[in-house]
Amino acid sequence: MTTFLQNCFAGLSLGSTYALVALGFVVIYKSTGVINFAQGGLLALGAYLGYTFSNNLAVAFAVAVLLCCVSAALVGATFERIVLRRMVGQPPFAVIMITIGLLFVLEPLITAIWGFEHKQVNNPWNIRTVEAFGLVFGVRDLWTIGLTAAVVLAFFLFFRFSSLGLAMRVTAFDPEAALAQGISARRVYAVSWAIAAALAALAGILMAAGPGGLTPSIGFIALAAFPAMILGGMDSPAGAVLGGLIIGLAEALTRGYQDRLFSWAGDNVSVIVPYLLMIVILLIRPYGLLGTREVRRI
Amino acid sequence: MAPPMLSVSNLEVVYDDVVLVLRGLSLRVPTDSIVALLGANGAGKTTLLRAVTGLLTPHRGKITKGTVRLGDADITAADPADVVRKGIAQVMEGRRVFAEITVDENLRAGAYTRRSRAEIQESYTRVLDLFPVLAQRRRSVAGYLSGGEQQMLAIGRALMAQPRLLLLDEPSLGLAPKLVEQVRDIVVQINRQGTSVLLVEQNAVMALEIADSGYVLETGQVVKDGPAAELLADEDIREFYLGSAGGERRSFAKVKSYRRKKRWSA
Repeated sequence: MTTFLQNCFAGLSLGSTYALVALGFVVIYKSTGVINFAQGGLLALGAYLGYTFSNNLAVAFAVAVLLCCVSAALVGATFERIVLRRMVGQPPFAVIMITIGLLFVLEPLITAIWGFEHKQVNNPWNIRTVEAFGLVFGVRDLWTIGLTAAVVLAFFLFFRFSSLGLAMRVTAFDPEAALAQGISARRVYAVSWAIAAALAALAGILMAAGPGGLTPSIGFIALAAFPAMILGGMDSPAGAVLGGLIIGLAEALTRGYQDRLFSWAGDNVSVIVPYLLMIVILLIRPYGLLGTREVRRI
Repeated sequence: MAPPMLSVSNLEVVYDDVVLVLRGLSLRVPTDSIVALLGANGAGKTTLLRAVTGLLTPHRGKITKGTVRLGDADITAADPADVVRKGIAQVMEGRRVFAEITVDENLRAGAYTRRSRAEIQESYTRVLDLFPVLAQRRRSVAGYLSGGEQQMLAIGRALMAQPRLLLLDEPSLGLAPKLVEQVRDIVVQINRQGTSVLLVEQNAVMALEIADSGYVLETGQVVKDGPAAELLADEDIREFYLGSAGGERRSFAKVKSYRRKKRWSA
């Protein structure tokens, strides 16, 4: 039982990271109809920026986290403003290719600036743990779960009640009718990119503060968050969070019981679990767990 | 003399760099009046509205000549958000309500360009007074409203921007005769409360009954204009839109082909 709970906890922490990244995917997909393949690059960039703030500039870790989210948001919005704005009204496929291009630009850029070596971000959590109820909790995992919960809550309040959030929802639904209400689509797109980049950066710095440390390959986690987004239903923020948690849990549990149950499948079976889960769920519900089917009068 | 609310002069609009849809169109909407814009499908009515509101860009359209003025201000090819802020709201063809969100949220979206909460609340009360149906269904998802209710919502949403000029694109489209009457009365009421109206309609009788003046469009040009009463009495208009000339029913056998093929500009 203890092992099970311990694995669940690890899964929740991992799932929170996935949820943040998947939420970023959904924000951009919903408002612009484009899957942003550069999400992993933005995540890595955010993590390295956080490293610079925390280690080189020696600001307090909390401030570094905040700064890395803000600067990643600026990068996202700037990229939208300079490049993607010219692509409004063009086929989504062309825009998707551009985001893939951005990913391939970001990766060498990051290694050119920060190099390939393994880095440790100065942070107050490290590998410290607390014990409660006979379980061992990593401090960083607790913070990851807590911060994710807070961010997700803020995210939903923003979309539900703020006027900009409403503008983003209606632009996603019918861009032209939204324009006719005087809603600036450009502003909505820029804000979506800023939000997505900030979410990715937060996920990045939270991961980099963990035992894995910081390497250029940190962005690969976005690939595992991708099934989380699809599994939740591409256009559902709640689905993205749910999908992230499910996939995190599944991955952590598989890893935890690998020796006993999956030894025949090799060491890294937990890595493919997200994709297997995605395929199975899509077979049963093609629009994902919480993806919208059209609202229609009958 | 004060400038008219809206004046469009010599407007030319081209889609995709090649398709010339408006060919030097001019019209005026005097302050506090209702102006009807009639014309067959493809005559350029919706394009004119798009040119006024700045919504040509998503359709790859462009104003190549002419000007659009709102009062004293030149709004030719202005940004859609600017146009709304300057006081033009529109009800798009086919209603285009945001089906996934509630009636209340639709109305809030209509007030996006306004900042003062008190003023928004005032408009909100006014809209609910005007449309009691919406007041009853404030919390329902807009997609589940009936067609008539959705049209009311679309009009209410446009009013939330507190427009000086309201553009209505086929508000009677697909509505039962009773509802068409209701929409007509509401347009009159909105006009009396101090909003100028440009009404695009296929339902010529309905439009001309309430309008002060009217324009007839064909292939991107104004081919006839005048006071609404005159247009309503015009024989050609009666034949093209009301299906009869001179009040008597005519047999199709007697209809001469050259008359059927008649065009306004010919």
